[in-house]
Amino acid sequence: MSEDQHKLIVSVSPHVRSDESVQRIMWMVSLALMPAFAASIYYFGIQALIVQLVTIAACVGFEAATQKIVGKPVTITDGSAVLTGLLLGFNLPANIPLYIPVTGSLVAITITKHLFGGLGYNIFNPALIGRAFVLISWPKAMTTWMEPVKSIASMDAVSAATPLNIAKMEGMGKLVEQFGGTSALYSNLFFGSVSGSLGETSALAILLGGIFLLVRGYITWHIPVSFIGTVALVAAVTGGDPVFHLLAGGLMLGAFFMATDYVTGPSTRKAQLVFGAGCGLLTMLIRLKGGYPEGVMFAILIMNCFAPLLDRGMRSKTFGAVVKKKEAAA
Amino acid sequence: MSATTMTNWQLIKNGIFAENTIFKLAISLCPSIAVTSGLKNGVLMGVAVLFVQTMVNITIALMRNVINSKIRIPVFMLVISGWVSVADMGMAAYARDVYRSMGLYIQLIVAFASILARAELFASKNKVTPSMFDGIGMGLGFLVALTIISFFRELIGKGSLWGVSLTGGVKPLLIMIMPTGGFFAVGILMAFFNWMEQRGGKAPAHH
Repeated sequence: MSEDQHKLIVSVSPHVRSDESVQRIMWMVSLALMPAFAASIYYFGIQALIVQLVTIAACVGFEAATQKIVGKPVTITDGSAVLTGLLLGFNLPANIPLYIPVTGSLVAITITKHLFGGLGYNIFNPALIGRAFVLISWPKAMTTWMEPVKSIASMDAVSAATPLNIAKMEGMGKLVEQFGGTSALYSNLFFGSVSGSLGETSALAILLGGIFLLVRGYITWHIPVSFIGTVALVAAVTGGDPVFHLLAGGLMLGAFFMATDYVTGPSTRKAQLVFGAGCGLLTMLIRLKGGYPEGVMFAILIMNCFAPLLDRGMRSKTFGAVVKKKEAAA
Repeated sequence: MSATTMTNWQLIKNGIFAENTIFKLAISLCPSIAVTSGLKNGVLMGVAVLFVQTMVNITIALMRNVINSKIRIPVFMLVISGWVSVADMGMAAYARDVYRSMGLYIQLIVAFASILARAELFASKNKVTPSMFDGIGMGLGFLVALTIISFFRELIGKGSLWGVSLTGGVKPLLIMIMPTGGFFAVGILMAFFNWMEQRGGKAPAHH
């Protein structure tokens, strides 16, 4: 029997067939981000809309241009560039010069994604690398936050420090005092009426999207729960305020939408739990001891490096495999 | 590699393009990141390496028949460190301000893989003239690479060239003069030159 007569096709997993496609998932995740998108416009006005539209347009434009230049089929309709643009836009302050989102998009799409081989081959989350790049390049513009204006038309930007920044520089007491009580602080953080990056301030809007993704099965609970759980645990153990650390900053956005990226996160369940816990630990380490007030971005990027290693080290048991007994006297 | 069959001109081109230290062989990458945050530093580093590489190749080629092959590496190192000391002292005497900002890196030329590699692979097996041209070629290749890298890093990261500011109020990309930016610059330029070569573009292919 010659080689090509074999009819048994052996291919790599996954073998499960479904109607889901990359395209569909990307658009669904983008849809899940819509509540936070709406919240950002509600709180930061027209400026938020402009920044985010520019970011999305730049990401899609660079995706098309890069694919054209390297001679690959242009796949801007698959939604992945739109999603990267949305996530990158969520990570920017509202009153930012527009060349910053454009540069961030170039780094995210062309360098982080396409120079590594395109969708599915990038090691790091493109939106986060884009954000890290512009944060390091323009630290001042990237950390000049705007107070929520709650008005579509208003262009008057009042700059204000983020709650995490106040907590780090002046202490929790000052922060609680500024918001007029702990419950007021919590509710402002929960609904998003605080200064910060566009898409991260409203925990409620992100939770809505996150729950949608969980219910529809686009993400599993492992990474978000272990990520958020670890943050709460570390906050409690170190004598901080767990509720504050859960609601403040980009934790919710990172845990539900960025750490759960299929490409840059691990894929076995056990590895996902470790990945989430690692993200949580690093986030708290940076928040409590680091030079930056917020650590979600760097935490996820650092754990991205470990994703392949975690997957290798924690392979799920092959179905039907016999576990070899370890020899007692090694 | 036995005695070379390349002409002198081919040897120089080989060093600049086909076996470019940074972009093709990817050795001695440390200085390509450490001293390339400004064009001036990058160029002077390249000149120092060009000098050391050429002189080392000449010296080794002259001595090649008297070096016992069992102790050749220590002998190479002695020769290299001798010429590096010359470059170091020369710069300390005639280019003080630059020397102050990169003094350590001049001394570190001793440890460059590219210089030892050419001594071992080329100069110890070839006559003086081809060895000299090989040294010039490899040195020029390094100089060109460092010039290109530091040109882009200073332009994008500081908005200046050779210390002269060119920005009209535009805030430069600070990250490019940090070590991170060095990795970005080297990686992107390396990819660019490989891509040009694959397309059969301007960068001449060897063989």
